[in-house]
Amino acid sequence: MDLLADLADGVINGNDQRVAEITKQMIDQGTAPKAILDDGLIAGMKVVVERFRVQDIFLPDVLLAARAMYAGTELLRPLLIKEGIPSIGKVVIGSVQGDLHDIGKNLVGIMLKGAGFDVIDLGNNVAPERMVQAAQEQGATVIGMSALLTTTMPAMRKVVEMLHQEGLDDRIKTIVGGAPVSDDFARDIGADAHGFDAASAVDRVKLLMNVS
Amino acid sequence: MTTFVDRLNSGPILLADGAMGTMLIQSGLEPGHPPESVTLSNPGALEEVARVYLDAGADVIQTNTFGASPARLSTYGLDDKTEELNEAAVSAVRSVVGNGAYVAGSCGPSGKLLQPYGDVAPEELYESFRRQTDSLIAAGVDCVFVETMIDLHEARLAVQAVKDSSSHTPVVVTMTFDPTPRGFYTIMGVDVETAAVQLAEAGADGVGSNCGNGIENMVAIARDFKAACDLPLIIQSNAGTPQTVGGDVVYGETPEFMAEKAAGLVTLGVSVIGGCCGTTPEHIAALREVVDQAA
Repeated sequence: MDLLADLADGVINGNDQRVAEITKQMIDQGTAPKAILDDGLIAGMKVVVERFRVQDIFLPDVLLAARAMYAGTELLRPLLIKEGIPSIGKVVIGSVQGDLHDIGKNLVGIMLKGAGFDVIDLGNNVAPERMVQAAQEQGATVIGMSALLTTTMPAMRKVVEMLHQEGLDDRIKTIVGGAPVSDDFARDIGADAHGFDAASAVDRVKLLMNVS
Repeated sequence: MTTFVDRLNSGPILLADGAMGTMLIQSGLEPGHPPESVTLSNPGALEEVARVYLDAGADVIQTNTFGASPARLSTYGLDDKTEELNEAAVSAVRSVVGNGAYVAGSCGPSGKLLQPYGDVAPEELYESFRRQTDSLIAAGVDCVFVETMIDLHEARLAVQAVKDSSSHTPVVVTMTFDPTPRGFYTIMGVDVETAAVQLAEAGADGVGSNCGNGIENMVAIARDFKAACDLPLIIQSNAGTPQTVGGDVVYGETPEFMAEKAAGLVTLGVSVIGGCCGTTPEHIAALREVVDQAA
């Protein structure tokens, strides 16, 4: 029986109990934590993301899959830290100041974690200073900003300007997204990338970090 | 005046109003503040919005209460003002329209996700809707518009709240659908047929769609609803999807374009036609002509 395939299926079906069971079993059997993560949990999440991208499944399925994936990653995290295995990159995300919408931002967070990134989610209504500070403190190289309201989009420009003024824009890149955000807007404010949707946001972050 | 529910069922077509938020921003609503905050700080602005839509020919004017449920107001620390905000918003519209138009109490989604997808229990959401619908109905709305729903379970809880607040206040429900390769679905994966069937079961007096992706998609959605149920239909379309041009947000569909395509809604027998984001008094005036031609 292929436990890795079962694990991936557990994520795809949103079965958090099953994922926790298999993850424990594999840890006990001595399977490398990195293999459990990459070839089980993340492999399953990749299938979910692709199905979501082609609109074969919807938000509820993704949320349940994410919950299942986290049931596994929670068990693996201490082992990965102990073995000193780095994530492929660290991203700070948040909905911008004045914006209380977070479904889209949460979805991007799920997809980034599902692709193997370390994600620091600052929540919603996040002040520009806090975004920049958190990225510095945590050693994140990308800040992802979300806005659903046209009235809160200007806060994105503040973060980009702040990074520039503090001379951080060569180490910390920015990506913006949300329903009213366009390529033109991203260019206009000097953001490094625009994620059209949650899946494409992950592709853009990979490009910004030069990971494949 | 004919009761709302009789008019809904027997016609002629009811014309609803257009966008509220953009007009409130023009009258000074600051970014980061909820539109409901205007109800207390500047009730005159609400009267003005009601007046321009009434003058444009609307038969139904919605209240500025889209986010006035305690679940949603709590993010701004305004939940203890739920009753005050709902009652004042109804009064503002009623003071302008009198009995010359129907006052529809707007009731939007909580902005939270129900278990197991999120952390909110159904009972908690029901209580939140109930507090809002109790206030709206006590303040004398003619009907409640449960709007912009994406989750069917949440929509049903809102319908139940209206029914429990009052046995005789009509409730219509609109959900927001996106086109996918397999037809129209909400973000939460609800298709039109499932929405129609379950909302009818829940006791909605009318069903349909609002917001969305422009008037042409709305005509297709109305067709799907018509095929799935016999309830009166309500369609309140965006003026297209928002585009940012040089920092400004624009909605591409002109009053003329919307009016031309809205003729398709009339043909399908839609009972309530109105606007959503990006629609202006000019859009509503153009829709008035379409509705009048049908009469």
